[in-house]
Parts: sequence; C-alpha cells; structure tokens
Amino acid sequence: MKDILKINESVKPKFPKHVRFRHNKARDEWVILAPERLVKLDPVAVEILKLVDGKVSVGEISTDLSKKFNAPKEVIMKDVIEMLQELSDKGFIEE
Amino acid sequence: MKSDELKSGPKQLKTASEHGIQAPLALLAELSHRCPLQCPYCSNPVQLEKKTGELTTDEWKSVIDQAVDMGMHQIHLSGGEPTVRHDLEDIVEHCTVKGLYSNLITSGVLLNPDRLKKLEKLGLEHVQLSFQDTDNENADRIGGYKGGHAKKLEVAKWVREVELPLTCNCVVHRQNIDNLENFIQMALDLDAERVEIAQVQYYGWALKNRAAFIPTPEQLDHATEIVEKARIDLKGKLVIDYVIPDYYAKHPKNCMGGWGRRFLNMNPKGEVLPCHAAETIPHLKFDNVREKSLKWIWENSEAFNLYRGTDWMPDPCKSCDRKEIDWGGCRCQAMALTGDAKNTDPACSISPLHKEIFAMAAEEARHAPPEFIYRRYGVRFNSPI
Repeated sequence: MKDILKINESVKPKFPKHVRFRHNKARDEWVILAPERLVKLDPVAVEILKLVDGKVSVGEISTDLSKKFNAPKEVIMKDVIEMLQELSDKGFIEE
Repeated sequence: MKSDELKSGPKQLKTASEHGIQAPLALLAELSHRCPLQCPYCSNPVQLEKKTGELTTDEWKSVIDQAVDMGMHQIHLSGGEPTVRHDLEDIVEHCTVKGLYSNLITSGVLLNPDRLKKLEKLGLEHVQLSFQDTDNENADRIGGYKGGHAKKLEVAKWVREVELPLTCNCVVHRQNIDNLENFIQMALDLDAERVEIAQVQYYGWALKNRAAFIPTPEQLDHATEIVEKARIDLKGKLVIDYVIPDYYAKHPKNCMGGWGRRFLNMNPKGEVLPCHAAETIPHLKFDNVREKSLKWIWENSEAFNLYRGTDWMPDPCKSCDRKEIDWGGCRCQAMALTGDAKNTDPACSISPLHKEIFAMAAEEARHAPPEFIYRRYGVRFNSPI
C-alpha cells in the first residue's frame, strides 16, 4: 500500500505509470489523463507539469519558473506545492 | 414511436455544434457482447449482437483513427467481455500508436499472465477488473461462473506483476452491500489504485432483477457512511468512486454528463449510441460507422440530437433551474419506468412518479429477494465464446 505523499521543496515529483500528461493535437491542449479522469489545466499548471520528470525537485522546478516568469521563488514555490499536493491527493502525482 | 416525437422531422433538430457541444471526450467501445459471466444486472441490451456481426479489426482501427482526429482523449475497451476478441492486442497497439489512452474493462476470467504481459508491452494503460462480491461462493453465484472469484484474485496479481494500474469495479446491491468494507480492503490488498463502488442501475436486464438487488434505505445509508469514512482515511492511498442507486437520490444523476454532450458508446456491430443503454429506447435509430463517419454521427445523428440541450424537455424539467445541471436525468430510466424517454427521470424527487416508484422499490427491498433471472449469452445464440 502506498503512503501519503507530502509535497515539499525536496520532493522529486513524477507521474504515476497510469497517469499521462499529454498534449491533445486536435484540441491543442495539455491534459492529465487517468482512468476515467480528465483534468484540464490552466497555463500555469502546464508550465509546472512540463518540468515534472521524477528527476528534478520541487525547489528546482520553482527556481526554474521564478527565472522564467521573473517572480520571487518563494511565491512560485507556494503555488507549485499547492498544485502538486492537490494532484497528489487525487493520485495524479507521486514521488 | 411516440406520435409527437419526430413531428417536425429530423432536419429541425439542432446539431451538436448548434448546441455549442464540442467533440466527445471518450469512447466506450463494446468490442463484443459475448461474455462467459451471466450477471443478472448485465448492462448490455436485452438483444445481444452475434459474433458474426461484430466490427472487424480494421474497422475498429478506423474508429480509433477517427476518434483521435476528433480530439477524443480516452477509449474504454469493454463488452460483454472484450478479451474474447483475439485481436484485442492489435486494437490496443493501434491506440498506443495513435496516442489514445486505453482502458480495459474486463471480468478477467479469460486472461492469462502471458496475454497481460503482451497487452502491457503494447501500451495498454489501465485495467478495470470486475468483482461480484468478496465472498467466494456468493461472488460465483452472482456472476453465474464457478471459480470466477478465485480466478479474478489471481488476475489482479498478474495485473500488478506487469505493473499495470488496477481499478476494482465492484457492483454492489443488497446481496453483497454488507461486504462493502471487505471490498475496500480487497482493493487495498490487491494494490489497486482505485476502487469503483457502483450500485446497480436499473434498466435493460437489471430491471428484470430489481427486486433481487435494490437495497433498503438503511443499507444504503450505512454504505454511504462507510465510503465517506474510507475516503478520509485512505486519501492519497486509494481513490474511491461511489455511485448510489439513484432511486434514493434527491436529484437524478446527470447521466453521461448530458445526452450527447461528452461521450460516445459504440456497440459491437458499429452503431453509435449516446449511452450504453440507449438501445432500450425503442424509437431511436442509430447510425453506424460502417455507413457514416464518427464525426458526422456525433454532429448529426438523430439519436443524439433528439435529447440534446433542453428544447425537448417537458415540465417539470423545462421550468427547473437545475435543467442544465441534471439534464433531466437518465433518458433510459425515464423510458423504462414511465414509458416515455422525454419524461423527467423518476429518480428526481420533483418527478410526479418519484414517490410511487420509490415506494415500490422500497417495498421490494423489504421482502426476501427472488431468484435471479440470469443473463446467459450462450443460451440465446448458442455461439462459442
């Protein structure tokens, strides 16, 4: 049985095997696909999830995005943690 | 057909795009109606399709191509029992090549480890395995298949051995609902990601057996309590989907997210349906992918456009502020219980028939369950599985 994942700066998030973060060509949109689930994503979530690969940490993702969007890392990281925690609670993100 | 149903003619019906409806999200593909199990709550139509009428491999591949071009995200490979098709591997592989998320909905009893391994290698993304009960003997009695439950437990292990994610599909009713906690524990023991606890829905074959299945309101309340507690306890560990029998709901389910709004169903011979039970509505004429494109059908098919939107609704739906939330509930249930698919689904507490039907079901639930009327594919067609 899996343990509950608490997202923090050092967690290296990834998608579980059955969860796909995929670009739908016909609709030109990024979505998360899981069994009988479809999650539509806002542009910020897409930017975060594009960096999720199981190798980089939440801290590193936040640093990356803070440079890209020219915003303080702490502010970005709060959003990153909140979004990934929500997805993790629903089973769409694991470590 | 009801006399006023098509008085204005199909040309008057608004199409999908005129309703502002986008492409469907997912396709439920019933690859075959053949099935070794005999569940008395079978959701397939009363009239089953023969093997010889089933779409070919190439026809299914063309359907997959069209689904992807339309922008669909997922395909559910279902039945009957989809693993009776020897070309399941080809179909799965084609989904992978085209980037369509594939989900196998199976009873599991015909699977072996090698086939599962192969399906996983070809890109199958998820398996939903049905369970009739957690009690060995009762499970086999409900499914009408000796040794079925033991085999399913084995299949679940094989699924996890090849690292395919697993959902346990548990259909619950008064003859197994007291094992609800065991169902959830079983899903945990089998290392499932997800468990679907779905109460029997009563149309098609299941309606014949309603008196054997409908739970009492007390059983239902108890079950809901268990699920709510487990959802909190198991948050982040196990996803629990729960469908109550809508006879006991205040509002009807917004069936399929609204008629012809989000999903497509295809039967084994290629007819395109707004939902898997739509064949229980006798006046509907379905278009077939052997004659028309999937895109054309989604946009124009009369069977879809008849109950799209809200224009078709009589009162009390028409004047209800939930009409674009519930979409009038389930058309098939309205047909089965009121004789007219346009009527408000009697599951809705505002339906004039709600009280009467609720009372009838609750009365059935108080009596000892009658014998099952089993669903036997072979008896009807004497066709090899």
